[in-house]
Amino acid sequence: MASTRSIRVENLVKEYTAGKPVLNDISFTVSGKASVAIIGPSGTGKSTLIRCVNKLIPPTAGNVYVSDENITELSGKALRQARRKIGMVFQEFNLVERLSVMENVLSGRLGYVSPWRAWLRKYPQQDIDRAFELLESIGLIDFFRQRADSLSGGQRQRVGIARAIMQEPHVLLADEPTSSLDPKTSVEIMELLVALSEERGIPLIINIHDVELAKRFTSRVIGLSKGGIVYDGSPSALTNEHLKEIYGGEDWLQ
Amino acid sequence: MSSASNHTWNRFTLAQRLARFTVFLGFAVALSASLRTVEVIPEFLYDAPTQVIDLLGRMWPLDLSYYPGGIHDAMVETLHIATLGTLLAIVLAVPVGIMGANNIVRLPLLNWLAKLILVSSRSVNSLVWALLFVAIFGPGPLAGTVCIGFRSVGFVGKLFAEALEEVNPGPVEALTAAGAPWPSVFLKGYWPQVVPAFWAIFLFRWDINVRESAVIGLVGAGGVGMVLDTALNLFYWDRVSVILLSIFTVVVLAELLVTKIRKHII
Amino acid sequence: MSAAVSQKYGPPFKTNWWVRAGWTLAFLYALYAANYLDVSWVRFIQGLGNGGQFLSEMVPIDFSRWKLLVENLIETIEIAIIASAFGVFFSLPIGLLAARNLMPSWVTWVFRTFIALCRSFHPVIFAILFVKAVGFGPLAGILTLIFASIGFIGKLFAEAIEEISLKPIEALRASGAPFISVILYGVLPQVLNRFIGFSSYQFDANLRNSTMVGIVGAGGIGGTLFAAFQRFDYDFLATILISIIALVMVSEFISVQIKKVFQ
Repeated sequence: MASTRSIRVENLVKEYTAGKPVLNDISFTVSGKASVAIIGPSGTGKSTLIRCVNKLIPPTAGNVYVSDENITELSGKALRQARRKIGMVFQEFNLVERLSVMENVLSGRLGYVSPWRAWLRKYPQQDIDRAFELLESIGLIDFFRQRADSLSGGQRQRVGIARAIMQEPHVLLADEPTSSLDPKTSVEIMELLVALSEERGIPLIINIHDVELAKRFTSRVIGLSKGGIVYDGSPSALTNEHLKEIYGGEDWLQ
Repeated sequence: MSSASNHTWNRFTLAQRLARFTVFLGFAVALSASLRTVEVIPEFLYDAPTQVIDLLGRMWPLDLSYYPGGIHDAMVETLHIATLGTLLAIVLAVPVGIMGANNIVRLPLLNWLAKLILVSSRSVNSLVWALLFVAIFGPGPLAGTVCIGFRSVGFVGKLFAEALEEVNPGPVEALTAAGAPWPSVFLKGYWPQVVPAFWAIFLFRWDINVRESAVIGLVGAGGVGMVLDTALNLFYWDRVSVILLSIFTVVVLAELLVTKIRKHII
Repeated sequence: MSAAVSQKYGPPFKTNWWVRAGWTLAFLYALYAANYLDVSWVRFIQGLGNGGQFLSEMVPIDFSRWKLLVENLIETIEIAIIASAFGVFFSLPIGLLAARNLMPSWVTWVFRTFIALCRSFHPVIFAILFVKAVGFGPLAGILTLIFASIGFIGKLFAEAIEEISLKPIEALRASGAPFISVILYGVLPQVLNRFIGFSSYQFDANLRNSTMVGIVGAGGIGGTLFAAFQRFDYDFLATILISIIALVMVSEFISVQIKKVFQ
């Protein structure tokens, strides 16, 4: 590949109220087939960090580069077109429940297709072909005409992932993708995310509160605490000492 | 909250009780003031039963033969006015509703403007709207249709805006994050979520509009109301009673139809 | 190879023929009805011209007769207040008697029919009949709106009672409480808050309608409005319309405040 897909976050700061940063001077770079877990206690700004990347929440200071394009300084149509390069997977799946599975998957192409064609459901044939292939590979091909609200949680999250992959993203963001799922399904979803990331060379960033899952599936862990990065390294080097620093206290480790 | 020694239990705080008391007191004062100053001649009220019995006597027997020649076409016209007026209301209400939904349009000035349009539409009674449009378009069903449309915008637009404000923001966020342009976000994120509400609002308003379009003819805006007006002016009370009976029948049938369709859709 | 995938599974979307047929029918109907009603573009454009003239005659609005305006507004409010009070007062027993879970069916049938009658006719029809019965003036308007209120609150109140929990009533009956006590302690506490909600909504509705009943001579500002129309007195008409809108907005604001108090 000519250029590696990558994401670079530089000195990112987010304050909802002035003087009280939720995120304070965050910097990291991920490129190629890497999968990174972001761990940390609730309310520490994991969700905010993910949403600052595609400017769903505008950051207060700092820059985010996706494949060397600065997202932070964009707005309007340019921002919209840049967002197509950023796939996103959500905790509550965020599917349009009354639309079919197929239409939900194809909604990942809405950034490329004109509203008029979207309304008539005249998606380009190659998009439809890719959607069928994706649905085959994630095992949901039998459901493509069903409404999204007829699926189980795990199936819905697969559709959510397929939607993000349809964007042909340069980076894949997942915001607590397993928090609404049972343990077995959680493992399956993590496997799918990591497999897709490696197969297609898409850097993957996952917010996750389950440290064991993070260690088992990702190649790098970033620990956030009180708005700053307190750990950035391989999962195997993550010790109880680090976890204590990230989450505070130690009783829960027993 | 309360200490162990204090076992008195009050359902409401003192401020709440005071506020309630003020509301009741205010209403009582307003009522007694109204009763004292309103210009009502009690003798007329005592005379009312005699008058009503006299009226009923003139209404009976019904002149049923008047329906086929005199009422039927006007009744069909009434239904057309109600339906076409409701369709017009929807066409007008969708943009105003979108403008009024503060989760879609984030400019308070536009939200406020939309609210003003919606409140004005609802505050002016359908008969008053009918008068206005009869003055503009001349007597006839065109004035009636536009009247029903303008009168319903407030109702339809308000409910539509509320439905839009209640959508689950998740899918909308997902489509925004995928870089979808605004019209696509609306079509694929908001619209599928409000479709059931949209049809329910349409049916609900159509039901009301059947009632309203039956009377706007009293001021010349077409439909069965014009026939009623003529019969009243000529003191044909046996025809008035047939007209009232046919309005009642149509209104009840419309309500039954709406209930049936609603059950089917929702 | 890719195209083969799509061929294997057929069309990606299920065409919803019902929805398509529905929209097509609606469109065709609109054309047909417009034609039937002689609603044409030409007439519409002509009307817009008239409308422009109409609006231009409305400005500047005429406040010189403010005394008449205020008197009329006060009468309008009085009609609404009195009609709401009596309407609410009568709706209580009528709603109770129409509730199918408390009353024998022959009683509910009578009262449900009465409520349906009150609801089915637009208030202006009642207004016409009452003007014939009690003469011109606010009394006819008050009687009209009392019936309208019974139609609305009576129905909602009966439905609210039909949804209540029957357990407290069973308990009271088991303890040998007389019927009135069952109503007072078992039924009313469960529905009183909703009843107040309906009432404040109905007051708003009555206020709107009391601006209209005057058109047929039943008192309130409608009479003056109609007179202004017939005399082509459009600048005064504009003043009346604006004050009606303002009045309704104020009353909506007040009822929102009152609802907060009772929540």
